[in-house]
Amino acid sequence: MDINLTLIGQSIAMIVFVWFCMKFIWPPIMAAIEERQTQIADGLAAAERGQKSLDKAKAESGQIVDEARKQATSILDQAHARANEIIAEGKKAGVKERERQLAAATSEIEQEANRAREELRGQVSAIAVASAEKILMREIDAKAHEDILSKLAAEL
Amino acid sequence: MASEGGHGPQTSGDYIQHHLQNLQVCKSDSGEWIWNQCAGNPMGINVDSMAFSVILGVLFIWLFGRAARKSSSGSPGKFQAFVEIVIDFIDSSVKDTFHGKSRLIAPLALTIFMWVFLMNLMDLIPVDWLPMLGQAAGIPYLKVVPTTDVNITFGMSIAVFVLILFYSIRSKGIGGFIAELTLHPIAPPMKGAGLIAAPFIIAFNFILESVALLAKPLSLSLRLFGNMFAGELIFILIALLGLWQLPLHFGWAVFHILIITLQAFIFMMLTVVYLTLASEEH
Repeated sequence: MDINLTLIGQSIAMIVFVWFCMKFIWPPIMAAIEERQTQIADGLAAAERGQKSLDKAKAESGQIVDEARKQATSILDQAHARANEIIAEGKKAGVKERERQLAAATSEIEQEANRAREELRGQVSAIAVASAEKILMREIDAKAHEDILSKLAAEL
Repeated sequence: MASEGGHGPQTSGDYIQHHLQNLQVCKSDSGEWIWNQCAGNPMGINVDSMAFSVILGVLFIWLFGRAARKSSSGSPGKFQAFVEIVIDFIDSSVKDTFHGKSRLIAPLALTIFMWVFLMNLMDLIPVDWLPMLGQAAGIPYLKVVPTTDVNITFGMSIAVFVLILFYSIRSKGIGGFIAELTLHPIAPPMKGAGLIAAPFIIAFNFILESVALLAKPLSLSLRLFGNMFAGELIFILIALLGLWQLPLHFGWAVFHILIITLQAFIFMMLTVVYLTLASEEH
């Protein structure tokens, strides 16, 4: 319990320990703590930013999807319209073609009929001449009666 | 325990005396170093107190220094987290009290808290273990709790006292410091007939303020010493009880956990408060 040199020794030891703590322990640990604090704060802020941009991106993507859907619908509509148009055009073209072919066939038939009729007329006039020859029983100058014959043929 | 055992002193009184005796070395009048016959010799050293306090101080420095070397801003390990919790606790305590800027006060508070806590913690080691081990190794006396040595607590409080003086003079100047000691609490009259009374008032103030100033380190060290000494003494008395010491020892040790932490905290907090008062400008 006596006061002795221990007192001074303890004071010196304390000064040394405090100095050491002040120099080598407190600053690095405090720096680490503060750095981590800023890191955590930054991390939280970054997370918040990320959340915000995620929300924004979600909204944007929703908008894009809506637009795309609208576009798709309009494209579909257009396609339907175009298809109808094509069908209608096809129908029209078909009708026209049919009419054209019909007309061609008709005219051909007519020509054929005319030709047949001409031929028939010629044959009939020949028959008529022959029969007239037989009836008259004498030679008739075919050349002299050409005009009568052709008039007959036209009448047939 | 030892009162029934074969080793060491026989009677309870001797047992207690033995436990309260430091291992001392001092220089005799003839110039030789002598052991354990140093009562009243101011040139003695309490080797056990000194050794344990330095060992514990080094332990503190080593543990915290290791954490400081490894400290990184990444996710901390468990030990680093513990160290950071202690440091954060000290830092917030200091910041609540001391508002100036000082690179010294927070590390000082940390050192005081951890060191005093570790020294107090020695109190929880059963009182006979280390002394008996020492006796087996040929050391006659061993007082294991440094803070039950008044030299140790005074050594610390005197260092704090020097810091109080340093901070006072730094913030107020020597003139301001002297004025604080002499012009409070009664302001001496500066003119007129009252001037005759001024020296007496100044002397009165000086005595009062000096006592207040000196009471700071005195109370700081005696509070710690008194608490730890009384706690240690009760542990020793409990150790004398034979079988009944087991529940009693446990109960007192549990209670003592509170005391050792509290006393370390009080020593630290009062140091911070005194230094805050010293560095405040009026």
